[in-house]
Amino acid sequence: MKLRTNGLELLGPIDMDTAPKMLLPLLLAGVQAGFPSPADDFIDKRLDLNEHLIAHPAATFFVRAVGDSMLGAGIHDGDLLVVDRAVEPSSGRVVMAAIGGELTVKRLERRGERLFLAPANPDYPSFDVTAREDFEIWGVVSHVIHKV
Amino acid sequence: MPLYALVDCNNFYASCERLFRPELKGKPVVVLSNNDGCVIARSNEAKVVGIPMGAPAYQWEHAFRKHGVAVFSSNYALYGDLSSRVMSILEDMAPRVEVYSIDEAFLDLTGVAEPLALCRAVRERVTRHTGIPVSIGLARTKTLAKLAARRAKKDASLCGVFDLAAAGAAAAETLLCETEVGDVWGIGFRHAKRLLARGVRTALDFSRLPADWVRKEMTVVGLQTQLELKGVSCLSVASAPAARRSVLCSRSFGQLVEDKEHLREAVCAFAARAAEKLRAEGLEAQALQVFTLTPRHREELPQHQGQATVTLPGPTNFTPDIVAAALRALNEAFRPGFAYQKAGVLLLGLASATGRQRSLLDLPPEERQRKRALMNVLDSVNRRHGRGALRLAISSAPDRPWHMRQHRRSPRYTTCWDELLRIG
Repeated sequence: MKLRTNGLELLGPIDMDTAPKMLLPLLLAGVQAGFPSPADDFIDKRLDLNEHLIAHPAATFFVRAVGDSMLGAGIHDGDLLVVDRAVEPSSGRVVMAAIGGELTVKRLERRGERLFLAPANPDYPSFDVTAREDFEIWGVVSHVIHKV
Repeated sequence: MPLYALVDCNNFYASCERLFRPELKGKPVVVLSNNDGCVIARSNEAKVVGIPMGAPAYQWEHAFRKHGVAVFSSNYALYGDLSSRVMSILEDMAPRVEVYSIDEAFLDLTGVAEPLALCRAVRERVTRHTGIPVSIGLARTKTLAKLAARRAKKDASLCGVFDLAAAGAAAAETLLCETEVGDVWGIGFRHAKRLLARGVRTALDFSRLPADWVRKEMTVVGLQTQLELKGVSCLSVASAPAARRSVLCSRSFGQLVEDKEHLREAVCAFAARAAEKLRAEGLEAQALQVFTLTPRHREELPQHQGQATVTLPGPTNFTPDIVAAALRALNEAFRPGFAYQKAGVLLLGLASATGRQRSLLDLPPEERQRKRALMNVLDSVNRRHGRGALRLAISSAPDRPWHMRQHRRSPRYTTCWDELLRIG
């Protein structure tokens, strides 16, 4: 059951109060002949945020953002970052990377022949990491979880 | 023909410690045992500077400083989490997997079309997804796969994967010749000593001993090992782990404990943890043993080893019942006037909570149902908010003297919200 209004997509209720009082296992509901029960749409499981945020469970790690160097990418001080090591890093993606033995979160940018770790805040400089031996991409930041 | 692979995580604990600390790449790293006693894991660099396995930490502080060794208390939350990530990737990629230890697993690749290519892909994916480097050995038997994995780890030109099955008879013989007999999987220290005394120095020497002698002196287990070294598979991959026969929860204390109250708290916590393990595996226990130990090597102190077993009223995994029984047992196992270093709770007579016969002495079904519901709540709260968030009042608060000494534990990066890596 999907409704679309003003660009918002309603995927169905996740509030238990609006769900039917008795939850039947899916198989039992399917035995009934005739019209499908209107409740079938709700007998599905509740939405699980993990499914939305974590594509590769074995490769996904959480870290906590510190500072404001990535404000322009929507990463605020104290935000939770979802880092996926299975995703192929590419220019334009926000990555967690080791440079000079330190881990940092920056945007990976290819400029011509050169590779940069670029902040998303004009107050900070970019690092040229082209051919640096102490540079290594740790994982790709796939989501930011920000408390409002 | 059977084909096995052993996947072995390289210097597993040290690799885990490095994952969130890239500055430790290429530096010596050691991990200490519970209570920061002695070295239980070393990176290659720590091996090179000569720090032996089992080195007592307090004797080696000077060497640690001199060589710039990064020293960690063991962080089992981190190691356990990373181990399960590695194992889940193996389960995704290989048809049959037997997890052998926290950092090793056998894959049964019998009938797989491109086993070497699969192993290379496994190694690549495990390293990329988890950051843990692994070595893989392929062979016709599990015992040979172990040797092949050791070789894969040592010889950099193999890029972490050695296929002994495809290497030919001469290569196999060379490998056996290079392997000391005591390093063969299944040959214990005692047998190795006796074999050496007989001039049996290498795995190759052992494989050439008369089978009758091996059987007589080393039982059928030794014979199996010998056959396995010759490429005859005797040990298969157990696809389902054998059911547990006991659950143990014990720990050395951070400092010696004399006060019975403190010991009661510790035993309560152990009993509660053991009950949680039981429920996680869908089991019930019929009996329980509590033991207490004074430090054996401190000869100047009065020694006592207490032990008491009690039978539970019926098969149960209900925490309050198990804790109450443990406290009764402790009354027997504790004697005043001794300074205890260790205590533990062992649950015995385990059976599945679902598939057992009802007895007349069983609680009425609704009572069982209520207990089960209560435990479900306990377990789900503790899963969500961390172990010990909801506990019996008697098992009390942290920072008790019986808690482990872990001064140098790294953050629990992957299992604790408050300890996530902070990154700018």
